[in-house]
Amino acid sequence: MYPAQFDYRRAGSVDEALGLLQEHEDAKLMAGGHSLIPMMKLRLAQPPVVIDIGRLDELKGISEAGGGVRVGALTTHADIAASDILAASCPVLAEAAGHIGDAQVRNRGTIGGNIAHADPGSDLPPVLVLLGASVHLQSPSGARSVAAADFFQDLLMTDVGEDEILTHVDVPARNAGAGAAYLKFEHPASGYAVVGAAASVTVQHGRCTAAGLVVGGVGAVPTAVDVSSLIGADLSDDAIATAASGLDTEDPLGDIFASGDYRVHVGKVYGKRALAAARDRA
Amino acid sequence: MAGVLGTSIKRREDPALITGRGKYTDDLLVEGMAHAAIVRSPYAHARIRGIDTSAAKTYPGVVAVLTARDVAAAGIPGMVPVGWLLPDLKTPAHPMIAADTVRHVGDAVAVVVAEDRYVARDAAERVAVDYEPLDAVADVVAALEDGAPAVHDDAPGNVAFDWEIGEKDPVDAAFAQAAHTVELDLRNNRLIPHAIEPRAALASYDSSTGVMTIHMTSQNPHVHRLLMTLASLGMPEHKVRIVAPEVGGGFGSKIHHYADEAIVGLCSLKLDRPVKWTATRTETNLTDAHGRDHSTHCAMAFDGDGRITGLRVDTKAAMGAYLSTFAPAVPTYLYGTLMSGQYDIPAIHCHVTGVFTHTAPVDAYRGAGRPEATFVVERLMHLAGEATGLGPIEVRKRNFVPADAFPYQTQVALAYDSGNYGPAMDRALEMIGYDDLCREQASRRGNGNGNGRRQMGIGFSSYIEACGLAPSAVVGSLGAQAGQWESADVRVHPTGSVTVYTGSSSHGQGHETTFSQIVADRLGVAPEAVEVIHGDTDLVQFGMGTYGSRSAAVGGSAIAGSVDKIIEKGKKIAAHLLEAAAEDLEYEDGSFRVAGSPDRALGLGDVALQAYLAHNYPDDLEPGLSATTFYDPANFTYPFGTHVCVVEVDTETGSIELLRYAAVDDVGNVINPMIVDGQLHGGLAQGIGQALWENAVYDDSGQLVSGSLMDYALPKIHNLIPFELDRTTTPCPHNPLGVKGVGEAGAIASPPAVVNAVVDALKPFGVTHIDMPLTPEKVWRAVNAD
Ligand SMILES: Cc1cc2nc3c(=O)[nH]c(=O)nc-3n(C[C@H](O)[C@H](O)[C@H](O)COP(=O)(O)OP(=O)(O)OC[C@H]3O[C@@H](n4cnc5c(N)ncnc54)[C@H](O)[C@@H]3O)c2cc1C
Repeated sequence: MYPAQFDYRRAGSVDEALGLLQEHEDAKLMAGGHSLIPMMKLRLAQPPVVIDIGRLDELKGISEAGGGVRVGALTTHADIAASDILAASCPVLAEAAGHIGDAQVRNRGTIGGNIAHADPGSDLPPVLVLLGASVHLQSPSGARSVAAADFFQDLLMTDVGEDEILTHVDVPARNAGAGAAYLKFEHPASGYAVVGAAASVTVQHGRCTAAGLVVGGVGAVPTAVDVSSLIGADLSDDAIATAASGLDTEDPLGDIFASGDYRVHVGKVYGKRALAAARDRA
Repeated sequence: MAGVLGTSIKRREDPALITGRGKYTDDLLVEGMAHAAIVRSPYAHARIRGIDTSAAKTYPGVVAVLTARDVAAAGIPGMVPVGWLLPDLKTPAHPMIAADTVRHVGDAVAVVVAEDRYVARDAAERVAVDYEPLDAVADVVAALEDGAPAVHDDAPGNVAFDWEIGEKDPVDAAFAQAAHTVELDLRNNRLIPHAIEPRAALASYDSSTGVMTIHMTSQNPHVHRLLMTLASLGMPEHKVRIVAPEVGGGFGSKIHHYADEAIVGLCSLKLDRPVKWTATRTETNLTDAHGRDHSTHCAMAFDGDGRITGLRVDTKAAMGAYLSTFAPAVPTYLYGTLMSGQYDIPAIHCHVTGVFTHTAPVDAYRGAGRPEATFVVERLMHLAGEATGLGPIEVRKRNFVPADAFPYQTQVALAYDSGNYGPAMDRALEMIGYDDLCREQASRRGNGNGNGRRQMGIGFSSYIEACGLAPSAVVGSLGAQAGQWESADVRVHPTGSVTVYTGSSSHGQGHETTFSQIVADRLGVAPEAVEVIHGDTDLVQFGMGTYGSRSAAVGGSAIAGSVDKIIEKGKKIAAHLLEAAAEDLEYEDGSFRVAGSPDRALGLGDVALQAYLAHNYPDDLEPGLSATTFYDPANFTYPFGTHVCVVEVDTETGSIELLRYAAVDDVGNVINPMIVDGQLHGGLAQGIGQALWENAVYDDSGQLVSGSLMDYALPKIHNLIPFELDRTTTPCPHNPLGVKGVGEAGAIASPPAVVNAVVDALKPFGVTHIDMPLTPEKVWRAVNAD
């Protein structure tokens, strides 16, 4: 497959990348290239200029910050999956990253590219929404952050402005007594999630004090399910199933592999199973 | 060399292939080479009102843009022919480049030649084609309905052919008197071959010699040369050389003669310079001949003892927009003739309608007709196990052709030469631990809560295959426009090493290894002393190629024939040198010996040297030590076996997990067990892929919705499980090696084994059939259907 002609520029710093973005209309940033290049090869994307930010070390890495964890935008899925810091403080993000594609994809693909691309079948968005993560963006006029729940706007559409670069993602510290799980119903061709269910449950003194469920793949953006009925409840399988059955999407996605109705059904089943797994880990 | 046959020696092909040194067509670079990009129709059906090539022609780096007008101006036939004719077959014209009408998405309308392939692509986007879109029909059933859009004006009702085999009246009578009947409406899903290497061609015409050399992805270079010269380029055969370098898989898709390679040839001819084209994955998906795509009604009748009394099959088989090379043969002589399966069926009638649709052509794909037939028979046998109360094993055993009934004449033309079906099934049952599985299944069925969500099913498939289509006179009488023999030229060099020239052109199977084993065994030399040459029309005299699991049985037998001739001639030379009578000579372990006098012996190399020196030599003998054989088999060969699949179905989501897969195959004598196992593994992956994942889907407007690997689900390693393989051995009685064939067995046997297992798992839910692929949603809907 042969992309249309384009110019290639490599940025040496975030500032330089921001400058190049200003300079070239319709330019595209390239991180791991694992979503952008396939689109260009199919000629679905024909950017005149590609700005390679893949070597910006300042945007790579995982560190503890402000009680939570900071993940640089250019951190690869493989590094997230293998991170000791995340294993200790936010294992569900590592778990989800470990489900992405295959080893090559995980070695190239980045968290920033993954969420900036915002494929509805991506594994990371529902997890970041579940965790209450914030996404940090920088433009020539300054930096800002947005809650993951507000970041995803529609199919392949996010809050990233034309002049902005996503710099990092902050994940808040997890509650004591919290368990979380990510379960993926994989598409047999693409390997993306047909449905990905991210759930968390906090149990303190034998009582459920917090619970969350976010399902990806069913709607254009991650769908949060109101599972507050579990708070104070006994977390029985029945209670969990009832809570997960609250999944509702007005206009579910559908394709030749899985219709909208079926996705919603699987979302409920996987939501239930993810909640049960989170309970067992809490 | 004793002990080399039946041994898993390593594939000599692999060091180059796995270190990236194999040279495929796209790896070839020729001085002055230009690149072609083919402009394809985005519509399934449209009239071409005009083509404006000016923007493309003036695009920097473009060498030429050709359309149907240039084909006409070149004065060449410009057609893509069909190579198998049935009675009353409609053969609408298939121009290399569409002139006024396009008939499927991907139909070629123009070609751009440029200095590099990126420029060629860019310029191809600048060819402005003015289309008038027309109604299209992609579905094989819809295409036969009244008022369906016509694919060709000269094929009324979109019918390409109407064919039948067997006798209808006895079948009707059997049904009238039946104690039990089972019936099924099924779709056999359309598949896209997906060889790892896409199709490619590098055509180099040299006007100073008038010779055209085309390197291309071919399973049968001589057949390609014939069709290319006769129907497309109109050049004399002796001026065209076709070379298949390394070929990265084909599964049938590289048998056929397509428009694209001919277009590349035309470009080179017109420009007098080398031109290369390599299909993108999208292009191969749109234009490679697809497989299967049947809609079938079938039914079986039984007497009170559970013996089959009749089989009735009515199939609508998609041909696609044009008749591909062997397309008409696939759902007829490779399908209807297989309907007896492993069973003694007294009355069979099979009716097939070949149907034009606005889609890519459909032609032979691994198994070609035989998987479709096996699916019909083995799905019905599963239902019969239920209907008769005999269960899946007894109903099969009761109907197997008995071991003492061979040769067995079926009601559908084929005469099975040999077979012994019971032991293969018994071995499969033993391997799988059938009784334990039944207990496990019963406990899951009994368990209404918790575990009951995960049901287990066991599915069987007792299949027959017919490989090595033959003999030529018979296939000719059935419509083949080619012979079905194979040639081998074996040359012993003066030092005793050997070169084999075979018409069986390999595309990944390991012919070089297995053919060297055949020679090593028969001639008593080391396999390393044998070189195997194939895939070049200038080097090999003529050959029919590799498909239909024919290479060992037909190609290998031709080699054996030549080796035998060499031994015969060698005996005459040795007798002369040893001053003995040729009748008294024996050949063993690479030496000619006088019987009874072990010290009077000469090695192959000694004899070969004398054959080339011809100094001290029999008067009535020509010098040299080589022999050519054109081997035309007496019959097909008939591999068989029983496969058992065990699955777990998550009834809450419809997901299927493979738990076990055991296969007992009888492929006759085995030359290289590792290669045989490898063929089975690949075939099983493809057959399981068909059953569970693969599906070529066109929407109502004729767009290929599953045109990329993001939507078309090929089996991946993590979807599969270790296969448990074993064999029984019933040698083929009519070829010198006793071999049958294994290339397609896995793909033929496995789809019904998988589907039967899933249907068995869902028996408590009243499910009797689900069409392939068994996607989770379909399974879930079946579970929840009222
Ligand atoms: C074969 C294959 C299988 C895959 N399977 C999965 C899967 O199972 N699950 C899954 O979730 N994903 C999957 N992916 C996608 C993979 O995770 C990608 O890596 C990811 O979606 C994009 O990350 P990237 O770094 O490659 O981004 P790129 O392709 O480089 O960029 C993607 C988009 O994001 C923009 N962008 C990138 N970085 C930034 C930034 N810092 N700031 C602003 N914009 C930015 C780019 O401009 C572009 O528009 C798969 C991809 C492939 C090729």
